[in-house]
Amino acid sequence: MTRQTLFVLVLLVLALAAPFGIYPIFLMKGLCFALFAAAFNLLLGYVGLLSFGHAMFFGWSAYVTAHAAKEWGLTPELAILAGVALAAVMGAVVGWLAIRRQGIYFAMITLALAQLMFFLAVQAPFTHGEDGIQGVPRGHLFGLIDLSDTLTMYYFVLAVFVAALLFLYRVVHSPFGQVLKAIRDNEPRAISLGYQVERYKLIAFVLSASLAGLAGSVKSLVFQLASLADVHWHASGEVVLMTLLGGVGTVFGPTVGAFLVATIQNYFSEAGSWVTIIQGVIFVVCVLAFRSGIVGVLAPFLKKRGIQA
Amino acid sequence: MMTVFGIPAAALFGQLLLGLINGAFYAVLSLGLALIFGLLNIINFSHGAQYMMGAFVAWLLLTYAGAGYWVALAVAPVLVAVVGIIIERTMLSRLYKLDHLYGLLLTFGLALIIEGAFRQLYGISGMPYAVPKELAGGWNLGFMYLPIYRGWVVLASAVLCLGTWFAIEKTKLGAYLRAATENPALVQAMGINVPVMITLTYGFGVALAAFAGVLAAPVYSVNPLMGSNLIIVVFAVVVIGGMGSIMGSVLTGFMLGLLEGLTKVFYPEAASTVIFMVMVVVLLIKPAGLFGKGA
Repeated sequence: MTRQTLFVLVLLVLALAAPFGIYPIFLMKGLCFALFAAAFNLLLGYVGLLSFGHAMFFGWSAYVTAHAAKEWGLTPELAILAGVALAAVMGAVVGWLAIRRQGIYFAMITLALAQLMFFLAVQAPFTHGEDGIQGVPRGHLFGLIDLSDTLTMYYFVLAVFVAALLFLYRVVHSPFGQVLKAIRDNEPRAISLGYQVERYKLIAFVLSASLAGLAGSVKSLVFQLASLADVHWHASGEVVLMTLLGGVGTVFGPTVGAFLVATIQNYFSEAGSWVTIIQGVIFVVCVLAFRSGIVGVLAPFLKKRGIQA
Repeated sequence: MMTVFGIPAAALFGQLLLGLINGAFYAVLSLGLALIFGLLNIINFSHGAQYMMGAFVAWLLLTYAGAGYWVALAVAPVLVAVVGIIIERTMLSRLYKLDHLYGLLLTFGLALIIEGAFRQLYGISGMPYAVPKELAGGWNLGFMYLPIYRGWVVLASAVLCLGTWFAIEKTKLGAYLRAATENPALVQAMGINVPVMITLTYGFGVALAAFAGVLAAPVYSVNPLMGSNLIIVVFAVVVIGGMGSIMGSVLTGFMLGLLEGLTKVFYPEAASTVIFMVMVVVLLIKPAGLFGKGA
């Protein structure tokens, strides 16, 4: 057994045991954020595209899953599927529009489109405006497993998270992932080598959007709520923060960042605007002094011990 | 009563005027963004927060120092610009050699800090700021009632934009600035102090935002959130106009404000989204923006 497998196994055992020591709802929030950040990281870390509008996929999928579970009475897996399907379609349209421009413009376009989707969410009747969709039933997975039990829900969320992370790992380490990194490092060269860069970017964007949607869908079942906060630009900023803090372009970085951001949110939830201020300070510190993030800083130490983070 | 397409003329022109005012703010803010981007290669995400700071400094001056509107109009941009210059010297200047995205992330963080701090101190309910007495009241133009202050906002913004355009396109200093935008190393080699120019440009861009904030204070209430909602629209305006030309950004700003005003009259549901829709259309037809060049 290599150290890498051992490392992953230890993490897995810890994750399985965690709900017996830590409040499970908090863990699930962290896992949903982590999945969201991992999806975002696929774009920023491996294609070099900074999307400042990922909340639109997260939030709209949450709405669709919540609506499907509550109003249509779909089972959780189908409700989640509906949410992810919407995110994929939105990802295709938004990606197709946004990859026409690069760099900073890409960020501004995704932000503006996310704001468009925010206003649509404010106006659409099925989202119930400021109230959001409340009291979403978690239902029975495949009609069999009752998710209203918190511990069962936790293991379901963990399973989704691990599956998604494995999928992302596969994507990043495939020939497709290599091309993505080539585009990130030197786009003109990738073009001159004959790769259809736009197509690769679009596929990566759709994958990222779908997984962000998956995170939103699961989150709406965990909290039994889909609200405007999930589509707001603050959420788009938070996912950037998680990834930056944890380490852009690392496998475990977004997860670390997500749990830290979730901890800050919980810890300061009573303290009004302090969450925003602290998040701003972390942004500034990360950009000025800490650009590789926590996992990025630890990576060389781990690598010496045969672990790739 | 006179009507246009079944809408009372007074309501139509009233909304158009409000649209023009919004357009004026879009124009001034996108002008500042374009100036900063040209020289610093940074998209200043804290532009909205600096606009809000302008309005707040005006309110603070009035509340705690008894200084009125005209003093605020002169002092607030300078004060906010000084804060901006400190930010540029201590933080932004470390990022010029890195990917442009880091500038966006840093200024986003700064915007969060500024907005959070003002929210913590003053809440989110918003403070009223009275129209200065010289500009109170209005004129009846026959087809509409024109509140003098609103006319003043449009006029002052237009003059400011034209003045900036003139300074950049027609003066020697402006020529240096344009040259430094094209090739900073070469301009530096000619003996012009480019780093100072960069700092002053950032300060000027920030001052423009703060000036717009003071203008906005009597129109909207002074609110910590007033900037963040505006800046996202201004980003869309910048994408639509492209940042290649000063006049381009100004015209795009005013046009989109008018369009938003018209939408409010004829199809109010779409008023908050129409600019984003226009952005989508422009991306489809002319991805580089109406006045833009390159990517």
